[in-house]
Formats: sequence, structure tokens, C-alpha cells
Amino acid sequence: MSILVIAEHDNDELKGATLNTITAAKEIGPDIELLVVGFSCDAVVEKACLIPGISKVLVADKETYKNFLAENIGSLVAEIGSDHSHILASATSNGKNFMPRVAALLDVAQISEIISVLSEDTFERPIYAGNCIATVKSSDSIKVITVRATGFDDCESEGGSAPRENLDQDTNLGISAFVSEELAKSDRPELTSADVVISGGRGMQSGENFRLLEGIADKLGAAIGASRAAVDSGFVPNDMQVGQTGKIVAPNLYIAVGISGAIQHLAGMKDSKVIVAINKDADAPIFQVADYGLVADLFDALPELESKL
Amino acid sequence: MKVLVPIKRVIDFNVKVRAKSDETGPDLTNVKMAINPFCEIAVEEAIRLKEAGTAQEVIAISIGTNACKEQLRTALALGADRAILVETEIEVEPLGVAKLLKAVVEREQPELIILGKQAIDDDSNQTGQMLASLLSYPQGTFASKIKIEKGKINVTREVDGGLQTVSLDLPAVVTTDLRLNEPRYASLPNIMKAKKKPFDTLTPEELNVDASPRIEILKVSPPPERPTGIIVNSVDELIEKLKNEAKVIS
Repeated sequence: MSILVIAEHDNDELKGATLNTITAAKEIGPDIELLVVGFSCDAVVEKACLIPGISKVLVADKETYKNFLAENIGSLVAEIGSDHSHILASATSNGKNFMPRVAALLDVAQISEIISVLSEDTFERPIYAGNCIATVKSSDSIKVITVRATGFDDCESEGGSAPRENLDQDTNLGISAFVSEELAKSDRPELTSADVVISGGRGMQSGENFRLLEGIADKLGAAIGASRAAVDSGFVPNDMQVGQTGKIVAPNLYIAVGISGAIQHLAGMKDSKVIVAINKDADAPIFQVADYGLVADLFDALPELESKL
Repeated sequence: MKVLVPIKRVIDFNVKVRAKSDETGPDLTNVKMAINPFCEIAVEEAIRLKEAGTAQEVIAISIGTNACKEQLRTALALGADRAILVETEIEVEPLGVAKLLKAVVEREQPELIILGKQAIDDDSNQTGQMLASLLSYPQGTFASKIKIEKGKINVTREVDGGLQTVSLDLPAVVTTDLRLNEPRYASLPNIMKAKKKPFDTLTPEELNVDASPRIEILKVSPPPERPTGIIVNSVDELIEKLKNEAKVIS
């Protein structure tokens, strides 16, 4: 039986998290189908067909799916996925939203945010904010899985030529409707896929002071993140939050500025390749996970760092 | 309207949990327990709906051992009107929890179910969505703002790129994110009063639900250790190390 992977996209662009999820699928088995569900999403389908190792790209292109309402997508994925051995989606806010609906409709458990595949029914996933790694084995006939992107490398994105197969389903439950969205606009890379992330915490003292991070981010091509404390203090919006219940990042370089290092924050960044901490409190727990620590006042260190990079 | 608030007893969020040395599970010996932080936000939101006159009754419910009574009493002290414990010794997975909650929803007929988006122990982020799915209800997950009017609820959701607002028919399921509200503390008089509020105990058998687990936990191990880092003395030294030792900047 084949594995169904749900593509992550915004109707215009296929998101990188899809490639990590396909890597996880390839570790489970060889026969992989990719489902693109959305509206007016031909550009996404074109890219999807180029991914090597996909047997076919299923396309549900209907206005019903334009805003990715979980009620409607959940029903579709449960119907399409019912004759598959595994259903995988990225653990993005979208995947987290509809996948448990799929699992419940199929009367199977969901295995959330796997970070490695040990066999077709056994996986590793972090629990307790990543302070423990659980090895879990599923006895369900269909495995419904969300994949933490930082646990898997990107697969190749070009070189394949999977056939496209259009689906007729239009599962509009008619119980929910899209009203509006406010998406942050930024020229910087996305937090979850950036090579470099620089994050500020409560030590930044205000939202305005996050400007001190911007010059450095520009020079390093970095995304800007924040700790929960900075979000709670109202310095920056929640979509910048890195942590257990925010975004999980694992860039090549993570720079934590004015962040004490609460468990919840470490859960979101401790798999980064190199961690730098800048904090004036030498006892801050962030230094325990940092490869390079600089005990300094960030209001001196940041301008100096920017000028010397 | 009637609001049902499912809550979970978990370790206190400040506790750093470690795996047991024999890797059979997390070491929870003598660990402080509390209401899951997101569930606390759910309780607070339900109480605010009652204070605003939108809700008439708030029912707190938990599923687990007898010890969960402690967290239900906290919910009562915060302002819930009555509590239900579905008592079981087995560790119920999110699907089982959702099935038990569905059975209670069918008995109680609440118009709104508010629960935390995620429990900080198993970090599953499933129960609300599964419950909505089993009931064929709409869902507003990761809510940072809710507004109820004319038989509908508008939910502003925290999504990866920013905020999304959806309009849902009632009855509906809402799961809470951090910015929905700041929970209050229970006052001493309210803690005393909570002891007199109605408290029911049910079992999965009475609800006719099979909540047996589908997932076997083979082991629970510590995460890979990071090598010990170094303290640099200056910005210059930091840049030098990042360039020449870590080779992450050029």
C-alpha cells in the first residue's frame, strides 16, 4: 500500500516543509503519492510533479479548499487516505489543524511531530518539551503522522516527472467559513527554513529595540525570532515565537539575545547546529546549551557585532 | 449557553523532566503537578464568557486518575460551576480522550467546548481537533481572540504566517493559544466555596467508550547531549570563532 503525503503550500508556492516530509515518507516506504489540496494552485502542482520519487500527484483544486479550512480538508484527506498505509503531513499550523481530524475520522491514533523513522510502524518523537524522546509503535492499520521538519533533510526538489491526477471530490461541510487574515510581510527568510536565526527575549526591553537585531539579520541573511517572554510582553507578534508551542527551528546558526533560556524556548531551538548566546546574566540557563556564550550588555554588543560583521 | 472546558493534569511547566535511567518513561517522582497552562487559559476564557453574560454555565471536565480532582477543584475555585471526572487508571491517548469527551458532550449538550491546544507533557496537539471531528463540529484552533454573536463564533487563530479569522457555526470547538487571555489566580474565599460545588465522577464504562491505547511506548530516552560550549570574551572573539572554528559565517 502506498504512502500519502499532503503538500504544504499557500496556493502559490510549495513550501519547503513538504520536502522534509517526503524524506520521512521515503524512510517508511518506496511508494509515495503527493496530494495537493487547494484552489487555483497549478504553480504548486507543477513544482510537486518535479519532485523525484513520487508515483503520482493527486490534485484537489476546488474553491472549497482555498483557505485550508480543517473541516473540509480533513474530510477529503480521510477519504483519499483510507486505502493508504500511512498519511503524512508537515507539523505546520496547517498540518496540526487538519490531521487530527483525519485520524479521528479513520478511528486511528495520530503520531505527532516525529523526528525519526525506525521502521514502518515505529517512530521517535519528542515529549516534555524535548526533554525526553519517546520511541512509539503504532498498532493502527493506517498511520496518521505529522512530521517535524527539523528532524529530516530536504529531499531533492527537481528531476522527477510524476503524473498529475485530478480529483473530483469537493467535501464542503458548510460549517465554517474564512473571514480574513493578517499575514506578516517580510523580505527576510522564513523562520522555520532560515539558515541563520537571531532571536530576542525579554532582555530586549521593548519591541522598538528589536531594530538592533535587524541590521545583523540583514548582514547574515537571518530570520528574526523571539522568546515567549518577548511575545508575552507584547514586544513582537506571536508568529515570531520560537519554542515548545511556537515554531521549532534548527538553523546552522542560532543567536539568542537577551533570552534567559526557559525550558519552553530551548525546546524550539536546541537542535540548531551552532548556538550563540548573548546575555548579561552569566548564570542564565541559555549558556548551558550555547556553543559560544558572550556575557555582555546586548545594547553594547549588538551595535558592535553589526558594525564588525 | 453552556460551555464545557476539558482540562488536563500535567507536570508544572517550570519542571525540567528527565527520562528514567531504565528508559521506561519520564521520571515523575515527587514532581509538582498543575493544570496544563493552555487548559488554564481555556478555563479563564469560559469564565469571562460567563461574566460577560454570554455563558450561563461552565463545566470543567478531566480524564484520568483520582488525583485529577485537585485540578478540577482549582477550575471550580477559578469560577467553573461544576466538575466532572472521568476516572480511569489507564493513560488515555488523545483519540480516547476525544471519544470520552464526545460521550459527555452528547449528555450535556454544550454549545461551546474550549480546551487547550496542547498539553505540555505529551505535546500531541490533537484532542480538540479530534473531538470536533468526531462530533462533526467546526473548530477554531490556536485561538488568540473569540467573539460570539448570532449563533456563530468568530475565532482569530495564530497561524505560521500571522493571524487568520474564521467564522464557525455553533456548537463548535475552540483550542486556546497563549495570547487569548491572562488567567487569574483563585482567591482563598473562592477556594473554600469551590468545595461545595457539584462534582460528578463517571467511568469510561458508564460512557460506553473503549479508550484503550493504540500506541505502545517502547522507550523514553534522554535527548542527545550538546557538547559543552565556551564563553568568549569579546565580540571580536565571537566573530573569529564563528568564522574559523564553527565556519557558520563568512
